[in-house]
Amino acid sequence: MSDDDRVFKALADPTRRLLLDRLFARDGRTLSELEADVDMTRFGVMKHLRVLEDAGLVVTRRSGREKLHFLNPVPIRLIHDRWIDKYTERRVTALTDLKRQLEADA
Amino acid sequence: MTDTTTATSVQVYRVHIRASAEAIWEAITSPDWTDRYGYGGRVDYELRPGGAFRSYANDEMKAFGAPEVILDGEVLESDPPRRLVQTWRMLMDPDNEPEGFTRLTYEIDPQDDGVCRLTLTHDLTNAPRLSLITDGSSDGEGGGGWPWVLSGLKTLLETGSPMQNRS
Repeated sequence: MSDDDRVFKALADPTRRLLLDRLFARDGRTLSELEADVDMTRFGVMKHLRVLEDAGLVVTRRSGREKLHFLNPVPIRLIHDRWIDKYTERRVTALTDLKRQLEADA
Repeated sequence: MTDTTTATSVQVYRVHIRASAEAIWEAITSPDWTDRYGYGGRVDYELRPGGAFRSYANDEMKAFGAPEVILDGEVLESDPPRRLVQTWRMLMDPDNEPEGFTRLTYEIDPQDDGVCRLTLTHDLTNAPRLSLITDGSSDGEGGGGWPWVLSGLKTLLETGSPMQNRS
């Protein structure tokens, strides 16, 4: 499986997207904190976090005795730069041309 | 249940790059490289504890009214090509300056197959304004923050050419 595949797979689940949204709202949370937000067993949450970690979307760091989970937005940015830009570029260019034309006429 | 609400202001970014640790170190610390990805600008690092760090505005930034020095700080640890710790302040916007210096840690860990893992930890304690720029969530002048910078660094090192989009 490629890196992109892992990211798309990780994002294709509502619980995992919820966990990412929770980390986006406040980063650096413990498993207990994340577990409190989700209606799921500790084991279930751990499994989802594992998938997010494998995709590089979550990075863990130790802080004293605690393991903190951080949202890593870089893989999403890479997909944006690799895929999204490619398909939106033409439309943006058309708008830029239109703007230039309108301003030249004004 | 113990809910330790230690509101963290640390941001962690990680990217895997198909390049040697030495090449990644070079791309972070040498001015000929730093002007070719992210926001650009030539860096000047004194790579020893207590050494100065500065990044200078390029022509494009100056055209937007940027000051001569856009970033400054102090090197705290330099262990090439594996670990660089420094303080970091952005001087682009006078409103951000009172937030003072933040702390950056670059860690380069070689993996299998010629791939290295680059982890950037940005401690933004007491810098809420700056953190909105670095995380890429503020649109417009803030650009894409670290995710965009690291994506550009990866593209440049892996393809030899800069990423096309400049925002």
